[in-house]
Amino acid sequence: MNLHEYQSKLRFAEFGIPIPQGKVAHDPQQVYEIAKDLGRPVVVKAQVLTGGRGKAGGVKLAQTPEEAQARADEILGMTIRGHKVLKVLVDPAAEIKAELYLGVTNDRAARKPVIMASAEGGMDIEEVNRISPEKIIRAHVDPFLGLRDYQIRNLAYGIDLPRDLWKQFMHIARALYRCYVESDATLAEINPLIIDGEGNLLAVDGKMSIDDNALFRHPDLAEMRDTSAEPPAETEARAAGLSYVKLDGEIGCMVNGAGLAMATMDMTQLFGGSPANFLDIGGGARADKVAAALRIIVSDPNVKAILVNIFGGITRADEVARGILEALETVKIDLPLVVRLVGTNEEEAHQIMADAALPNMVSATSLADAAQKAVAAARGM
Amino acid sequence: MAILVDSNTRLLVQGITGREGLFHTEQMIEYGTNVVGGVTPGKGGEWVLGKPVFDTVKAARDATDANASVIYVPAAFAADAIFEAIDAGIELIVCITEGIPVLDMMKVRARLDQSSSRLVGPNCPGLLTPGQAKVGIMPGHIATPGNVGVVSRSGTLTYEVVYALTQAGIGQTTCVGIGGDPINGTSFIDVLQMFEDDPATEKVVLIGEIGGTDEEKAATFIAQSMTKPVVAFVAGRTAPPGRRMGHAGAIVEGGSGTAEDKIKALAEAGVRVAEHPEQIPELL
Repeated sequence: MNLHEYQSKLRFAEFGIPIPQGKVAHDPQQVYEIAKDLGRPVVVKAQVLTGGRGKAGGVKLAQTPEEAQARADEILGMTIRGHKVLKVLVDPAAEIKAELYLGVTNDRAARKPVIMASAEGGMDIEEVNRISPEKIIRAHVDPFLGLRDYQIRNLAYGIDLPRDLWKQFMHIARALYRCYVESDATLAEINPLIIDGEGNLLAVDGKMSIDDNALFRHPDLAEMRDTSAEPPAETEARAAGLSYVKLDGEIGCMVNGAGLAMATMDMTQLFGGSPANFLDIGGGARADKVAAALRIIVSDPNVKAILVNIFGGITRADEVARGILEALETVKIDLPLVVRLVGTNEEEAHQIMADAALPNMVSATSLADAAQKAVAAARGM
Repeated sequence: MAILVDSNTRLLVQGITGREGLFHTEQMIEYGTNVVGGVTPGKGGEWVLGKPVFDTVKAARDATDANASVIYVPAAFAADAIFEAIDAGIELIVCITEGIPVLDMMKVRARLDQSSSRLVGPNCPGLLTPGQAKVGIMPGHIATPGNVGVVSRSGTLTYEVVYALTQAGIGQTTCVGIGGDPINGTSFIDVLQMFEDDPATEKVVLIGEIGGTDEEKAATFIAQSMTKPVVAFVAGRTAPPGRRMGHAGAIVEGGSGTAEDKIKALAEAGVRVAEHPEQIPELL
């Protein structure tokens, strides 16, 4: 789960990291008030869960409250990479002497947290890594020892930070690591961490991603989830305990297991179609979950055919068969339905489907057979 | 012969009295796995399915001389269950639980590296040595004894492949699900090395998916250290970047971890890569 810039920075501040004293607004009038209260030039920043805001014109400097209001009027409502801007952050504009980068993330290959610093802040760190990886100084952290002071000194030395700023830098790095651990973050980054006009360090932009698997122990963070920019079907799927990702194709897929779901999607493409979604109904899925899954699939107007691929292990194929019939009582599905049910209790499942004798249903034996039939059905063949 | 589990496995079940634990313990016993007992804190002294229940892994280990443990406890308590099994000196720990926070797994990894225990998983279907032992949740009836080793990051996709092999008359030595999390206990390379060393395994099937670089590392290992032929399949060619495809580990991040990269690396290592799972038997 990604947090907005303003949410990330407020979280940083709770751990003692200095941030600009800005506020969030939903309309231009509020922006005017905030800018007036701040009494100095401000930056109006679109709050969307995607990168490239600056290039898209979502970040604007304003000298007066009137100008801030005008900029906010332009920014609010604009769409950046498919995300509609509903909120802006109004921060006091800072004088920037230098832009640094400081971030903590999971290093999957090293199986440890890694803290990274660079003197080349302000730009996409992945870009810096691609062009000149030597400009990023890294330190892996032993999860039991935590981040040690000497490691922070290594970073400060590595990025040639002026010595009079080391004390502030140590404080910020310690706080950021603590924020990362105590938030169960997979990423906590300050970019840029600036040296301002008074020669102090200030976190002017920030980003955090939280481990979805750890949200159960952070109800306060879970509440910060912004679902306004995601397709409603994804929000509904999460509530139903389903794993769903909307795609652009025309074959709706319902599968048990993430790996098999991906393989099924790939298979539709192999036979000339394209998947409308990733949908894993999970292990041991019962009738009600299957019904919810089918409702979500048919809510996508692009879907022209549905492919159900269930390999029963823990999931019982007969339960899924009953779920399909139950769903059809509440949702009208005219679309062709290609169903493959194998594994645990497959005979019962086949019997249930045969007895129901659905006119729009075709059954399939192998995965290839199912994919070919779904592609043909989506083309109206 | 087989790897990791066989008829000498003496298995403990952590979370034996829970819904999942109880159901799968029954399945494992039915398959012929030697389940020697279970652990549920607070239920020590009880018996389920004819097996003794203990309060702690240490007590269970002392009483039963178990050499393996399978974990079915909820995600919030799973890391603790793994630490407990490591501390009790259990040689093989198989964690089925899905959804363990990654910071917990980093600590587990650090502790494992200082111990002699091996962890398989988490978020995995477990292990199956056809005709000998099943540890985890793989359906037993889809497999048959033979000479092909199977290693996979997936669950049901593994069943699909094993089933296709069995249908084609190709049996397996051991099927190993290493799990779909970004940080796990046993890697592709660990299992490939075991299959290379196992005299009964003649060929290997590797099933990968998007995310991370484990398939690429496996490709390097295969090119340098394996004499046995390997056939692979990689799921997720149609997955968009930046989106987690169910498994916590199945995500293309910063342009790395794509299916194309993995397929290319494996093909360059001399691995025959199947276009779809049902093609695997013919490539063998």
